[in-house]
Amino acid sequence: MDIVTFDNVSKIYQMGQVAVAALQEVTFAIPKGAFTALIGPSGSGKTTALNLIGCLDSPTRGEVTVAGQAVSRLDRRSGAEFRGRHLGFVFQDFNLLPVLTVYENVEYPLLMIRDQPKAQRRPAVERVLAAVGMADQAQKYPAQLSGGQKQRVAVARALVGTPDLVLADEPTANLDSHTAFLVIELMKQMRDAFGTTFVFSTHDPRIMEHAELTFRMEDGRLTNNGAAPPEEAIR
Amino acid sequence: MKILRLAFKNLLRYKRRTLLTGLLIGVGVVAVIVFVGLSDAFKGAITGQITDSMLSHLQVHRKGYTASIDNLPLDRMLPAKAYAKLADMLAGDPAVEAFSPRIKFGAMLSNYAQTTNVRLNGVDPAREQAAAPLLASRIKDRTRDDAILAPGEVVLPEILAKGMDLKAGDTVVLVANNKDGSVNGMTFVVAGMVESLMGPGGRDGYMHIDDAAALLRMAETEISEVAVRVKHSEDVDAVAGRLQETLAPMKNQAGQPMFEVHTWKQLSPFFNVVRMIDLMTLGVQTILIAVVLISVLNVMMMSVYERVREIGTLAAMGTTPGRIMGLFVAEGFSLGLVSALSGAIVGIGILWVLNLSGVEVAFGGAGQVFTLEPAVSLGQVASAALIVVGISVLASLQPAAKAARLVPVDALRHI
Ligand SMILES: Nc1ncnc2c1ncn2[C@@H]1O[C@H](COP(=O)(O)OP(=O)(O)OP(=O)(O)O)[C@@H](O)[C@H]1O
Ligand SMILES: [Mg+2]
Repeated sequence: MDIVTFDNVSKIYQMGQVAVAALQEVTFAIPKGAFTALIGPSGSGKTTALNLIGCLDSPTRGEVTVAGQAVSRLDRRSGAEFRGRHLGFVFQDFNLLPVLTVYENVEYPLLMIRDQPKAQRRPAVERVLAAVGMADQAQKYPAQLSGGQKQRVAVARALVGTPDLVLADEPTANLDSHTAFLVIELMKQMRDAFGTTFVFSTHDPRIMEHAELTFRMEDGRLTNNGAAPPEEAIR
Repeated sequence: MKILRLAFKNLLRYKRRTLLTGLLIGVGVVAVIVFVGLSDAFKGAITGQITDSMLSHLQVHRKGYTASIDNLPLDRMLPAKAYAKLADMLAGDPAVEAFSPRIKFGAMLSNYAQTTNVRLNGVDPAREQAAAPLLASRIKDRTRDDAILAPGEVVLPEILAKGMDLKAGDTVVLVANNKDGSVNGMTFVVAGMVESLMGPGGRDGYMHIDDAAALLRMAETEISEVAVRVKHSEDVDAVAGRLQETLAPMKNQAGQPMFEVHTWKQLSPFFNVVRMIDLMTLGVQTILIAVVLISVLNVMMMSVYERVREIGTLAAMGTTPGRIMGLFVAEGFSLGLVSALSGAIVGIGILWVLNLSGVEVAFGGAGQVFTLEPAVSLGQVASAALIVVGISVLASLQPAAKAARLVPVDALRHI
C-alpha cells in the first residue's frame, strides 16, 4: 500500500510577473514503511515536495494523498489536525522549544496536540526517549545538548505519537558527517522498530546511500521514478 | 492549565523584559490602590467633617427657603403645626438617627463699643449635638462640658469674636428685626467661639432655640430648617427620596407643596470636590488601563515576532490555530494576573503602613488637621486586579491572532 501518492502535481509560485514552477507534473508513490530520500540540486523542488506531503502547502494542480486521504485542499485547521494525527516532522535546525526540557519537548505533541492524559503520555515518551538513547538526558534543556543529541530528541518528538509518516527536510545539514551518519542510522532503526515511513531530503551522497528508495529531482521534475540509491552514492 | 504552564515558561524566557513590564503594571496597580485608598479616606473625612459638624446629612425647609437662604428670610418658616407633623414623621423613620430644628436669623451684635452683623442658629443644644456631633469640637473656650450652650448664652463665630475682642464669659447685646419689622434686643453671655468652616452656614453662631424665638418675638415657634442625620451615611439619598415622597402630598392653602428636602450633596460646595476626586480616580484608572494595554501589547507583539519560527514549528507539528492563539492569550493573562496580584499585595501593604503612621491632612481655612485612615475594600482591589487582567487579555488578542494566522511554511523559513 502507498502511504504517499502524487498525481500530476504542479506547484507554481507567482512572484509578481514571474511564475516559478517549483514542481512540474510530478507523479510518484511512496510505499508504506519505505526509507525514502528526495535528492537533487538546490532549487530542484525537494522542500516544495515535502511541504505538499506535509500538508503545509497546497499544490497548484494535481492531487496529493497521504495515508489514504486527499490532502490537496485542507483548510488550516483540518490541515493541522491531519498533521497532528498522521505526521511527524524533523527539521534542519532541530526546532526544539528552548523553554522545555527534553522530556517536555517530546511530550509536547501528546500533551498539546493529542490532548492525551498523563498516564498515557508517560510510557510513550519514555519509550521513544529510550529508543533514541536520550533517556538519561530527559531533564536537560536543548541548550545543554549537542547538535546530534538535539536531532535525536527531535526524532523522538516526531515519533512519540506513532505517526504514519515522518518528514525530514535536510535533517543532517547542520550536523558533522559522523553525527549525520548516526542520526540517519537512528532514523532507520526507528523505521525498523516502529514501521514508520520516513521521507527525507538531502544533498549529501553519504546520506543518500542509506535510503532504500530515492527520488531524484531536477528543475521541479522527477528524473527517476523511485530507484535504489544512485551509483554516485554507492561508491 | 497546561497552556498556562507553558505560557509561564515562555514568560520566564525573557526574564528582564517580563520583569520590567510586570513591574510597570504592578506599580500602576499600587498607584491605583493607594490613590483610591487615600482619596476615599479624604472624601470620607471631608464629608464627615461637613455633615457631622454643620450641615448634617439632609435638611428640610419650607418650599423656597433654600433659594433665598442667604437672606435668612423670616417669612419662609415652617409653622409650628407643619414642624410638628414633620417631627412625628422623622421620629418614626428607623433610618433617621437624629434631627434638629433650627431658627436661622440675622442680628446685630454689640459689645457696647462696636456693632456688627451676625448670623445665628437658634438650636436645641441636645438635638443639635445629636444631629451634628462634631459641632462641639469646633467650639473653642467652651464654658460648659455637658452642652454646647444653655439658655441665655450665645456661641459666636470665632473670627467675629476676635475682631470685636470678645472672650468667653463676656456679655453682648443681640438686636434682631422680627418678621413684622419691629426690633428687639436681649443680652447674652458668650459661651464659646465656633471655628469657621467653608460652605453655607460655616460662619454662623449658635444660641438656644427658645431665646431665638423670644428675641424674634414669635407667638409660636416657627422653624427655618430641620437638620436630619441618618444612621448610615450611604442611605442619605434613599432617606431623602422617601421623605420627599411622603412630604410631597402636604400642601399649603395655595395648593403648593409645603416642604423641600435637600441632601448635603446639594447644599455643600464640597460635593463638587468629592466629585472631582471621583473624576481623578477615574483618570488614574484610565492611565492604568492605558499602561497595561500598551505594555502588554508591546511585550506580546515582540514575543510573537521573536518566536515566528517556533510558532511555525508548533503549527507544522499539528498545533491548531486556536491552540496557538490560546497559548499567547494565556501569556498575556499570566503576565497581567501575576503583576496585578503582586501590585495589589504591595498596594495593600503600603496602605497598611500609611495607616500605622497616620496621614495628616489640613482642611479648611481654620487649619483643622485630621488623620486619614486610608483603606480599600476587597471589592475595589478585586475590580482593579480584574480590570488589569481583562485588559491584559484584550491586549494580547491581536498579537495572539497574528501568531495563529502565521502560515507554517513561511514561519519556518523566517530567520
Ligand atoms: N515561497 C516561494 N516563493 C517563490 N518561489 C519559491 C518559494 N519556495 C520555493 N520557491 C522556488 O521554487 C523552487 C524550488 O524550491 P525548493 O525550496 O523546493 O528547492 P529545494 O530543492 O528544497 O532546494 P534546496 O536544496 O536549496 O533546499 C526554487 O526555484 C525556489 O526558488
Ligand atoms: Mg530545500
